[in-house]
Amino acid sequence: MVKYNVGDSMTKIGIPKALLYYRYHTLWETFFTKLGCEIVESEETTKEILSRGTNFAIDEACLSYKIYLGHLESLIGKCDYILIPRIATFCDREIVCTRFQAVYDVVKNTFRDRDFKILDYNVDVCEGFSEQDGFIKMGQELGKSKKESLEAYIYAKGAMDAEHKKQIKLQKEELKKDNIKILLISHPYNTYDNYVGKPVVDFLKSMDCTIIYGDKVDREKARKKAHKLSPTLQWTYNKELVGAIEMYKDQVDGIVIMSSFPCGPDSLVNEMLVRRIKKAMVTLILDVQDGTAGRETRLESFIDIIKLKKEEEHEKSKN
Amino acid sequence: MKKAKISFPHMGNYCIPIEVVLSMILDCEYLTPPPITKKTLEIGSKYSPDFVCAPFKYNLGCYIEALENGADTLLQTGGVCRLSYYGEIHEQILRDLGYDFTFINFGDSEITKPTKIYEKMKQYNPNLTIKHLAKALMIGMRMIDIMDKTEDYIRENVGFEEEEGTLDSLYEAMLKEFRTVRSYKSLKKINKRYQKMMKKVKINKPKNPIKVGFIGEYYTALDPFSNHFIEKWLAKRGIVVTRKLNISNTIFFRNVKRLNKKVKSYMKYDIGATGMDTIKEAEWLAKHNYDGIIHVKSFGCTPEMDAMPILERISEDYHIPILYFSFDSQTSEIGIETRLEAFYDMIEMRKEKNK
Repeated sequence: MVKYNVGDSMTKIGIPKALLYYRYHTLWETFFTKLGCEIVESEETTKEILSRGTNFAIDEACLSYKIYLGHLESLIGKCDYILIPRIATFCDREIVCTRFQAVYDVVKNTFRDRDFKILDYNVDVCEGFSEQDGFIKMGQELGKSKKESLEAYIYAKGAMDAEHKKQIKLQKEELKKDNIKILLISHPYNTYDNYVGKPVVDFLKSMDCTIIYGDKVDREKARKKAHKLSPTLQWTYNKELVGAIEMYKDQVDGIVIMSSFPCGPDSLVNEMLVRRIKKAMVTLILDVQDGTAGRETRLESFIDIIKLKKEEEHEKSKN
Repeated sequence: MKKAKISFPHMGNYCIPIEVVLSMILDCEYLTPPPITKKTLEIGSKYSPDFVCAPFKYNLGCYIEALENGADTLLQTGGVCRLSYYGEIHEQILRDLGYDFTFINFGDSEITKPTKIYEKMKQYNPNLTIKHLAKALMIGMRMIDIMDKTEDYIRENVGFEEEEGTLDSLYEAMLKEFRTVRSYKSLKKINKRYQKMMKKVKINKPKNPIKVGFIGEYYTALDPFSNHFIEKWLAKRGIVVTRKLNISNTIFFRNVKRLNKKVKSYMKYDIGATGMDTIKEAEWLAKHNYDGIIHVKSFGCTPEMDAMPILERISEDYHIPILYFSFDSQTSEIGIETRLEAFYDMIEMRKEKNK
């Protein structure tokens, strides 16, 4: 067990800043703060964290997962619990990559000899485990009553939804801009990661592009749109991104798809997108190697083509 | 109207029960795709996305070869991992290549549920009745069950036949007759006859032979071509091979709750696809004093990848060696053989030492 200073009575919850963190962090942080816990987040991703994670992962595991293990390990010894969600299904035909089902058990076995406690919740609606029940259980494990936990959950959920709505609203303003607009289609854990997505975003911004984020979208509407484009697609997180393309594609100049190697769902979904979406598009595959020159050259020529096309259209409309 | 020519990609010998069931419920002729060769995989890989798992490439190769041989209807089963989305992408790629065909895709349904099969198949054969379907499925299921049990027996004994090749040729003949089966009675009759003949095959098994368990990802473990015929390689060296992974054990007789309880000491949740089965099987093999375990999967298979750290722990706890293979479309034969040989030498030496 981790021992901490006398007088420091707050339970410390460690949250690895990777994978689902970028989707749920408002929910988690609000919930645990409301229950009187202290949050300990891991640092931003660095090369060091990635290489630590790579040591613990199966060598062909996806980049995002290697990063996750690095973050998780960095929290061991710094908190009382480490939060690991286990997510499988949201409802019939709304599932996630099996990796999110397995994280808990993989971590438990990978770090079997290390001393730390895991706080987990299970979302598997098809098997009768709802998110709400999962959070109540966590609250109870932390010594809170059912009522307290439920209230904290509802409050946190509201905070998360409000935050998401705010983000969508802010993005609407971005869409009004006149410069080149690029729709970035990538899982939030890649988009917002300091080591993975941020260099790409920064580079695009340096080329005077406005980034429209695929994950900032009305999720329910996006899933419906995705179902129309690809009826047998079941991965919820991918559906939302696919739907975002349908909703934003007419308002942007080009699409950048970014996937970590070798992402299971993306390996097929990207193929579908390339074949069905008629829009300027470039796919970036991110791996452990850190050279950025190749990636930047591709992005640069992509933006150049879009610029040329835009100028041509502009000329045409003048005549 | 011309009869439809329907085809389903190879996976071990399972295209035979599929042929029987489809011939019974649809007004069609079944076209067995040409046997999988290196060429199949080459064609499949050429048109597949870069880092999709190998079964997708095998399937696509089989589809193209079937279409080239005159098939006009294709079937995709769907499944619980990436497999659920295979069908739609297969169809898209084949259409973009310019092929004209009907695609029966269970990607939006569940092929393990008879009611869903009825719903889907009714679209292709409006005259299909529940009774008719039930009969066909019963025969299909029973046939798979027989095949799985027979293959289990062969795997454990084929390395010790007095006359090499007897069991395999008997099994081949049995399968050939299975293709013509259209009633439960004839299935029973053929089975009885061949089981008798197989039991008569002389087996000279030593008292304490080397035993190896074979586990891993569904397609790669079940399809001999895609695992580079490892089981055969082992059998040739006089090794008992045990593999519980097959359709009957993972679909017909799978009880998730019981499975979950069995693997409790290593995992709390279902990690997806056949991950739990892999762990259960590995623990069983370890507890039953097997000499080694071979784990196969295709490159990038997420559920099996997630099973690997747990397998490591089982290996540690029970002191059982595990050899891992991850196959893609390019895997050198020599590399596989070298690793197998080293593994074989190692477990043989361990066995000697522990005598």
